[in-house]
Amino acid sequence: MRISYREAMRQALHDALASDPRVFLMGEDVGRYGGTYAVSKGFYDEFGPERIRDTPLSELGFVGAGIGAALGGMRPIVEVMTVNFSLLALDQIVNSAALLRHMSGGQVSVPLVIRMATGAGRQLAAQHSHSLENWYAHIPGIRVLAPATIADARGMLGPALADPDPVVIFEHAQLYNMEDDLRDEPNEDWACDIERAAIRRPGSQLSLITYGGSVPKALDAAAELARDGIDVEVVDLRVLRPLDTATISESVSRTHRAVIVDEGWRSGSLAAEVIARIVENCFYDLDAPPVRVCSEEVPIPYAKHMEDAALPQPARIVAAVREVLNV
Amino acid sequence: MNATARKAKAGHGMPERPFAHRLLADMLRIRRMEEKCAELYGAQKIRGFLHLYIGEEACATGAMHALDADDNVVATYREHGHALLRGVPMDAIMAEMFGKAAGCSRGRGGSMHLFDVARRFYGGNAIVGGGLPLAVGLALADRMQGIRRVTACFFGEGAVAEGAFHEGMNLAALWRLPVLFLCENNLYAMGTALDRSESQTELCVKAASYKVPTLKVDGMDVLAVHEATRRAAQQVREEGGPFFVEFRTFRFRAHSMFDPELYRDKAEVEEWKNRGPIHSFSAQLKAAGELTEDGFLELDAEAEAEVAAAVAFAEAAPWEPVEDLLRDVTTRGATR
Repeated sequence: MRISYREAMRQALHDALASDPRVFLMGEDVGRYGGTYAVSKGFYDEFGPERIRDTPLSELGFVGAGIGAALGGMRPIVEVMTVNFSLLALDQIVNSAALLRHMSGGQVSVPLVIRMATGAGRQLAAQHSHSLENWYAHIPGIRVLAPATIADARGMLGPALADPDPVVIFEHAQLYNMEDDLRDEPNEDWACDIERAAIRRPGSQLSLITYGGSVPKALDAAAELARDGIDVEVVDLRVLRPLDTATISESVSRTHRAVIVDEGWRSGSLAAEVIARIVENCFYDLDAPPVRVCSEEVPIPYAKHMEDAALPQPARIVAAVREVLNV
Repeated sequence: MNATARKAKAGHGMPERPFAHRLLADMLRIRRMEEKCAELYGAQKIRGFLHLYIGEEACATGAMHALDADDNVVATYREHGHALLRGVPMDAIMAEMFGKAAGCSRGRGGSMHLFDVARRFYGGNAIVGGGLPLAVGLALADRMQGIRRVTACFFGEGAVAEGAFHEGMNLAALWRLPVLFLCENNLYAMGTALDRSESQTELCVKAASYKVPTLKVDGMDVLAVHEATRRAAQQVREEGGPFFVEFRTFRFRAHSMFDPELYRDKAEVEEWKNRGPIHSFSAQLKAAGELTEDGFLELDAEAEAEVAAAVAFAEAAPWEPVEDLLRDVTTRGATR
């Protein structure tokens, strides 16, 4: 069955709403408008305004309300239109959602799912192009997911809702139109694990480790390298917190080389954390220093050629791999 | 005690004696507990931030007695009194301040984060205004599940400068949610006076701009607080939408134990102390023939005894083993 990432996410949301009366979707323009990325199109008519709840432009208020509703026995899915606007809700996410369990000595769980679009690549300029997944991945108490395939877009939401703690799901805006066969379904409700990284393309010479919107770019780069006889493994992190250190280490121990691709800026990036774990866990297996392909340290520019130059691209990934392999 | 039993007796405007004495006793319990906390802070038994409520006891006391046991309560970092009157045992509060595992938040929260979810006390929140969106969400969950319950949200007047106040007020009014907003206006946000931080100092006007009904009462008068909260809670319960009550009050002590109080006159503090809620209510009761000095001393001694027992409990309680450090970060256990 060939479907888009958008459709996969829509089906996942539909399943959740249809199967559990505690689940409701709340956010800006999720209802009558049908969702900024058209993910919730038709839901308003099907599930009604109580469960497909349009909110004012009050990210702090409605994310906080989602936390309260989760405490009160509901299973809210809060859509923050993009990661850029999530900064307005950061206090509630970091100071309440992530901390309440600990601060209360384990008395409460906050079963809240927060979805947001992330990433650049559509000439939306600096304020609409952030990739701040690493900020969230820094915080104990929340789980951070980055579905990068149709199967993950279809299968991560269910387990995220079943998680008793807050889960933040980053949907790269460039992925919504991606189409693929929905395959490898492990069970009839498509649920996948939200614990482990996944090897998207096995390879022997180098581990290309990435997540989210950079996964297709890494796969493109790997395909191009394969034409020149270079055999690269592509690891999709999938879960940005807690990081699956075991899968990363296993891959790098086998290939002895690593390139990390991360649309976040280099300084303080997730890529930096991945490299730190590689060095901590398989330093003596490395044949070359790990290398990062990150966004350039510049606010994302509007002009197309400049935006392209600021972001990780398959050509830069290919060049980085060749540098590490010295070929 | 139901509303009828609380009704003023003819003649002197006092509620029936047992209830009046309960209010006085509860104000004394908060006062004596916190005086001991200040002492224990000096002795370094209690550390971190300690925000005392001394002077404001009529607010929590009057308000808490107007709520039902099944209502939700969201409070601030100055919440010792609210927790106590919600029914959190003083032992557990004191142990929490000592940082002991027997504390009401297992020693992980401290003074600012008292929790007791079994009593629907959703905590001390130490981000000013942070509790308002949570209260809106709790009320939303109740509404969506068909539960008739009030969510009472305490906050100080400092919170009205935060976006969370405005967003929370708007959402509660827009969605007609049963939130009882209880603003303890003690005139100073830490050291900044209300008229130095707000262009509009009439807080009810702000709430009314969101079409939220309001009441403004003397927060030093426990009966006035009780009656206003009771009326407001009743309206929330019956009509479903939010209500805003402002208590005009004053804290007699510094903002926290680190505050040298350079921002207000001693004369102002003294003036408010003369209107102290315990002192004025007991005088009122005595004038009405409802309390004797011996009766007062008896209530005070009971409070002191409860405090002494709580301190002994906290002292004796064991420390949580460091091996447990990573517990309660996530529900399913520690991750790295």
